[in-house]
Amino acid sequence: MGGDVRKTVNQFGWLFVLPVVALVAFNAVIPLMTVVNYSFQESFGDNVFFWSGVRWFQEILNSSRFHEALLRQILFTAIVLAIEVPLGLAIALAMPRRGPWVSVCLVLMALPLLIPWNVVGAMWNIMALPEIGLLGKAINGLGIPFNYTRQPLAAWFTVVLMDVWHWTSLVVLLCFAGLVSIPDAYYQAARIDAARPWAVFRYIQLPKLRYVLTIAILLRFMDSFMIYTEVVVLTGGGPGNSTTFLSIDLVKTALGQFDLGPAAAMSIIYFLIILLLSWLFYTLMTRNEAR
Amino acid sequence: MAKITLEDLRHTYGTMADGEVVWALRRMTLELANGGAYALLGPSGCGKTTLLNLISGLLRPTEGRILFDSVDVTDKSPEERNIAQVFQFPVIYDTMTVYGNLAFPLRNRGVPEAQVDTRVHEIAAMLELEPTLKQRASGLTADGKQKISLGRGLVRSDVNVIMFDEPLTVIDPHLKWVLRSKLRELHRRIRRTMIYVTHDQTEALTFADQVVVMKDGEIVQIGTPVELYEDPKHTFVGHFIGSPGMNVLPCQVENGVAVFAGRQVESANAAAYRGNGKMLELGVRPEFVRLSQEGIPVKIVKVLDAGRYQIVESRAADSTIKLLVREGETVPEGRAFVRFAPDHTRIYEDGWVVT
Repeated sequence: MGGDVRKTVNQFGWLFVLPVVALVAFNAVIPLMTVVNYSFQESFGDNVFFWSGVRWFQEILNSSRFHEALLRQILFTAIVLAIEVPLGLAIALAMPRRGPWVSVCLVLMALPLLIPWNVVGAMWNIMALPEIGLLGKAINGLGIPFNYTRQPLAAWFTVVLMDVWHWTSLVVLLCFAGLVSIPDAYYQAARIDAARPWAVFRYIQLPKLRYVLTIAILLRFMDSFMIYTEVVVLTGGGPGNSTTFLSIDLVKTALGQFDLGPAAAMSIIYFLIILLLSWLFYTLMTRNEAR
Repeated sequence: MAKITLEDLRHTYGTMADGEVVWALRRMTLELANGGAYALLGPSGCGKTTLLNLISGLLRPTEGRILFDSVDVTDKSPEERNIAQVFQFPVIYDTMTVYGNLAFPLRNRGVPEAQVDTRVHEIAAMLELEPTLKQRASGLTADGKQKISLGRGLVRSDVNVIMFDEPLTVIDPHLKWVLRSKLRELHRRIRRTMIYVTHDQTEALTFADQVVVMKDGEIVQIGTPVELYEDPKHTFVGHFIGSPGMNVLPCQVENGVAVFAGRQVESANAAAYRGNGKMLELGVRPEFVRLSQEGIPVKIVKVLDAGRYQIVESRAADSTIKLLVREGETVPEGRAFVRFAPDHTRIYEDGWVVT
């Protein structure tokens, strides 16, 4: 050989990366840093700021209002995940894999995902009204008193039902995509091996859906943990504070009371919780693969 | 254990847009003897896998019946037919150990655990899987995974027939040879009916007692490897089997004698020709063409040294004639003469041998 093989160091390349760096800076880094900035200072009008150290963080972490909102949030996400993932998987398994009905099912399934979030909230708001709403009137008609503007339990029921209606489709579509990608040979081999339907699910479908389910759970976790619009339109966080989840609480603090410092500290804590839990979920669910 | 009979079997995967039916498998009747080692040989898309899936019950035939020992099993499931099948690409149950995979077909059928254990170890020993029995199946190489698939096919001792659908495609060449010998040896030992689908003539000829050659959804010839080699019933068989394949040359038959390139050629069956074929061809394997002092004048085009012999390509009229010449023998350059061995020269009418 003996050729002069050297890697050329060319700083010129940075120029091409610059637009992306600028874009990311504008839509992610700068806003985030602004929030960090607010979280360590006390602000008054006229852009007057005072350094306040970790005071806002201490305040938020010790506030029972934050604790309650966090607890509500975790409970809501847990319920929603526990319903939507198994239900979505079950619907995907029941869907036809080929033939003309596939597209019909897919379109029907995708419909809720195409509706704007505030419209979903408004729809369920009207639907669950005890006097005129289809759902509210039906439940009351069964002899069960139901009024989501007054009963916390009824409000929770409606919010969960709305989220299940809105987002189970996402799990269905992901699982369906996973299911159709399993080669026929697996099902054929299972028939030859005399595997019962349960064994086919347990040893073929479920293992092959691992990654898709991981994605589905992660997406549903993150989205449900950040839920805002639908609930605000449906219940406004009430009755009382019973459906005030973290994001609603945050908006109340930031825009209702205009406490920018505590709101910023809360945003950062909120962000870190989501980051931590997502990482935890991901590591737990992909742990077996590493071994 | 069963004799397998296919009666007037036909299969189609559906009708074309213009209403024309495309038969993946044309009407066929076939009997497979109990305990035989069969190979279904043919190019891709010839219907061999369709035929296999019909026998195993993964597909239901469009027409016709399938009998196991004279019992109609056309509507029976693969499980009821009690067959084993190994697929082209490894199918393993990812979350199970190698042991669990091998035990799966037995456990599903409620075989006592002690018996399962014996069988699994027996098969694992045969396929050299024993050191990995406790490992997760998903961690194995493609070779290892296909061995598991093979093992699952072989683990049940009471099956009617074991079917292999190009099982060695993903296996390393040196291991291919070993596994094929193992299957052959296993067949001698257990004497189960085995059907082996392949497009590789070496695999088919070394594995099977009887080779079923297929083309375009039809069986072209059934015979022992020697029969297929020495007495091809169709030019396709002559061409597909053998390396290089049979020379197929245009010819005429005049008064019971074949004429090629303006010269009379002695052949085994020209006398039987009745004169109703549209296309006449003469078939002779390169092994049975010799250089000679007189005969058909040819021009030597190319000489390939294949080690033990030389493959000589020559041209006569507009046809290419290949012949094999022993190593060491000199091949003349330019013009030469060749002769065909009369016993091994056959006339084909529209592809089929004249009888």
